[in-house]
Amino acid sequence: MTTISRRTLMKGVGAAATLSMIGTAARAEDKVKVGFIFLGPIGDYGWTWAHNKGREAIDAALGDKVETIYVENVAEDASAVPVLRDLAQQGCKLIFTTSYGYMDQTLQVAGEFPDVKFEHCTGFKRADNVSTYNSKFHEGRAVLGTIAGKMSASGVLGYLGSYKVPEVVLGVNAFALSAQKQNPAATVKLVLIDSWFDPPKEAAATETLINLGCDIVTTHTDSPGPLQILEQKGLHGFGQGADMSQFAPNAHLTAIEDIWGPYYVERAQAIVDGTWASKDTWDGMKEGTVVIAPYNPAIPADVVALADGVQAGYKDGSYDIFTGPIYDQDGNLKVKEGEVMTLEQLATIDWFVKGVESAA
Amino acid sequence: MRIKLERRPSPSRTMLVVTPIASVIVTMLIGMVVFDLMGIDGTRAVKDIFLTPLLLSYKWQDVALKAAPLIIIALGLSVGNRAQVWNIGAEGQYIVGALAAAGIGIAAGTAGGFFVILAMVLAGILFGALYALIPAVLKTRWDVNEILSSLMLTYVSYQILGFLVGGPWKDPNGRNFPATAPLAENQSLPLLFSGSTVHLGVLIALILPFVFWVMMSRSVFGYQVRVVGSAPQAARHGGFDAKQTVWIAMLIGGGMAGLAGALEFTGALKAINLGFPSGYGFTAIIVAFLGRLHPIGCLIAGIVLAVTYVGGQVAQTSVHIPNSTAGIFQAMMLFFILASDILIRYRLRIVTAAKPVVAGE
Amino acid sequence: MSLDFIIAAIITVVGLTTPILLAGLGELVVEKAGVLNLGVEGMMLIGAISGFGVTVMTFNPWLGVLGAAAGGALSALLFGVLVLSLNSNQVATGLALSIFGTGLSSLIGLSFVGRIAAPFGSIFPASLAKHPILQVFFGYSPLVYFALIMVPLVAWFLKSTRAGLILRAVGENDHSAHSIGYNVIGVRYAAIAFGGAMAGIGGAYFSMVITPMWAEKMTAGRGWIALALVVFAGWRTGRLLAGAYFFGILMALELYAKASGFSFLPSQFWAAMPYLMTVVALTFISSRGNVGASAPACLGKPFLP
Repeated sequence: MTTISRRTLMKGVGAAATLSMIGTAARAEDKVKVGFIFLGPIGDYGWTWAHNKGREAIDAALGDKVETIYVENVAEDASAVPVLRDLAQQGCKLIFTTSYGYMDQTLQVAGEFPDVKFEHCTGFKRADNVSTYNSKFHEGRAVLGTIAGKMSASGVLGYLGSYKVPEVVLGVNAFALSAQKQNPAATVKLVLIDSWFDPPKEAAATETLINLGCDIVTTHTDSPGPLQILEQKGLHGFGQGADMSQFAPNAHLTAIEDIWGPYYVERAQAIVDGTWASKDTWDGMKEGTVVIAPYNPAIPADVVALADGVQAGYKDGSYDIFTGPIYDQDGNLKVKEGEVMTLEQLATIDWFVKGVESAA
Repeated sequence: MRIKLERRPSPSRTMLVVTPIASVIVTMLIGMVVFDLMGIDGTRAVKDIFLTPLLLSYKWQDVALKAAPLIIIALGLSVGNRAQVWNIGAEGQYIVGALAAAGIGIAAGTAGGFFVILAMVLAGILFGALYALIPAVLKTRWDVNEILSSLMLTYVSYQILGFLVGGPWKDPNGRNFPATAPLAENQSLPLLFSGSTVHLGVLIALILPFVFWVMMSRSVFGYQVRVVGSAPQAARHGGFDAKQTVWIAMLIGGGMAGLAGALEFTGALKAINLGFPSGYGFTAIIVAFLGRLHPIGCLIAGIVLAVTYVGGQVAQTSVHIPNSTAGIFQAMMLFFILASDILIRYRLRIVTAAKPVVAGE
Repeated sequence: MSLDFIIAAIITVVGLTTPILLAGLGELVVEKAGVLNLGVEGMMLIGAISGFGVTVMTFNPWLGVLGAAAGGALSALLFGVLVLSLNSNQVATGLALSIFGTGLSSLIGLSFVGRIAAPFGSIFPASLAKHPILQVFFGYSPLVYFALIMVPLVAWFLKSTRAGLILRAVGENDHSAHSIGYNVIGVRYAAIAFGGAMAGIGGAYFSMVITPMWAEKMTAGRGWIALALVVFAGWRTGRLLAGAYFFGILMALELYAKASGFSFLPSQFWAAMPYLMTVVALTFISSRGNVGASAPACLGKPFLP
């Protein structure tokens, strides 16, 4: 990253002032600027960390044509609006808004800056200059579920989640269905803690799940806290968003890594080439957006083979865990034999599959 | 050598005005040094935090939007603080006010227009005031410390918000994300300038300080507040009811916080999610003190705090200071203003003698 | 319910309780001296990063605990200078301390994100600490025993020592304490430093014991629960212990109910309970006006000799 010049353009805003006193050297002016807003600190070792890796991938691939700037810890409320506007005014041609809660703010600022392109992560509202993109995290959950179903002695698996939003529901369902393929009697105990980040509560919830008989706990919240508890108890779990094995070398079986780099580079390249167009992208293992971290040596070879099989199936498109028959918690048939859930159904899912024990 | 404190015969008016300004300047100077030590261009960082938002006209609307709720809440709180009533639950009253406005909006369905928006804003005031009434009743009836009760109720309000936006008021088209549906145009506050984001609430925040100024300096109630606050004994002799003062002070504080919440919701945010409580209610306490509990002071202090917020974000992209430093700056500014409070009532005199009296540091 | 199950549940409750018990004990002494320090959350965060930082750098958790206590006490003394020597408003200063502590801990913590340290666990031999039944007595971090020992110690100090008597006198009637010749300001400085040290150790329980790592705002609001706890306990040590465990059990119950598939009450209800019950308890205490369990008379008021 180079120093950012403040030769700012005042597009779209009905204000006028001479900025000569603030303007400095325009040495980065010939590079295309790409901006990011992040929900957490880039050192959170989870969601934001992974997005920042994606930003660094742009620097690495297109560093001679593109420069990136970012703002961390942007709340998912109106305060995101001035931050976005600031990035646009600093001359960013492309801005990634990397959390669901920036949806309406992204559209608002996109309306003010029609010449700036926006990429909103995990949202579903688009405009001519707003694309949306998401990742099929649940493909990774299918791999984790396969490993957990095969390795669990008790057949009772724990799932620690944040809120009952589609991403979490898909994760739970993919995990449970995959585990049941290995062990038809497997059940998943689900705790939603109403937060993405609360280490003491995540830790206590993990202990609770263990005490209720779970010998493998997977997390869909952002801190490595649960893995540390599993490490202390000599049990197993999975990393979330990034390889977290350093926090729990024995407990960490593998992790779902969110790899945003390929998509980010592609979109930045499109800006450079002038070919950017609004679209909805939902990539997965095939495109390299969802990657499974190295396996822990504790996973037996036959389980590794099964897990690799699921990965290979997703990569060549021959496998989809959301293939019927699928029953919901009450035993109703939701997806008929041979049918596969559509992307639209997946994006709006709000029910859990049979074998998931949840409070809601 | 020691420092001696001498009581002034009357509070220094000069110090009343000079100390807040000095606090801001000292904070800036310390900031420059600290940033340089951290390896960041200190002059540039401090300029971006404190001056850039004022110098760039397109930043003004961001400052105005941040300042509006701070000013409105601080106005209400300063009335209470003058009467020695410590409502620190403004954050909760702000939340409840916004929720009330949202409730009216949802109840109105697709209806909108002037009267619906007015009802939403009035509901915000009413419910903010009602939520502040709880500590007021507890205080006057059972002598319950209002600092503690109003603080506890703020934490209860977070859960009320979480319950409503994650349950009954959840946007049916929001894919289960805990948030209310975005307000339609006909339920949103009008904008002052088309093409900008400056809504009617900003105008209200600019007018209210003058209304409060007149009210506090001209009305009997303003006099009563000042007397009860500065000399409770005299107030009792003068026939002023201390309980009544508590009631009114809390109602005004809660009502203003509720108003700010309703305006923020209908004017700026348009939807309530779990990130809605952004600490305005707590920051407004700083604003009230920085503004010396004077309505016009609150107006200026609200703008100063808003500048540091907006500037903090500018500095994040320009010199890459961590986001957390904005909070350190605000706290430092408040520390200085609180520390310098003593200069209003006391004079510092350096006396050459043996033992130090002022402990610490 | 098997014995194993109950033991595991107890261990979870102890983990949830200990940090608020530590911070609450410190705040209790501060408030007994007539000072209201609302900066507990900030002091806990500073303690959390100091404790973790020192542990990572020295590989010695005991030094880490000392670091946490020192960090908490130092930040508390900043508050002390303002409210005691410069007579600033306690409410505003305490809130500023919370904002300051949150910001400062994040800033210091930037270089510690992603670092790891061994958990500061039980120091008993594994035959006791990992024993299926005996672990309920021996399986905890030294900080848990420290908290439990501090409860009777603080009670004894306040009730039976001369210094404790003076401290309570300062909190109940600062002017008469001053006129008999006690150093009101000095006593309050000491109490504030103690409160900061305890809050710091309470914060370190998160970063050194439960999840040995640093993450911004990792105390997630427990400092405010500790404040509620002191009030809920009616400023009495024994009730503080009981109240801390009551709050801890409430938090664990929510998780157990969810994990068992019960949803008879929304989770927000559980989360609001400690605060609601504190308001109720406070009302009850205030209305009875019984001296043993009432707020110190000078709580939150500045002392002007």
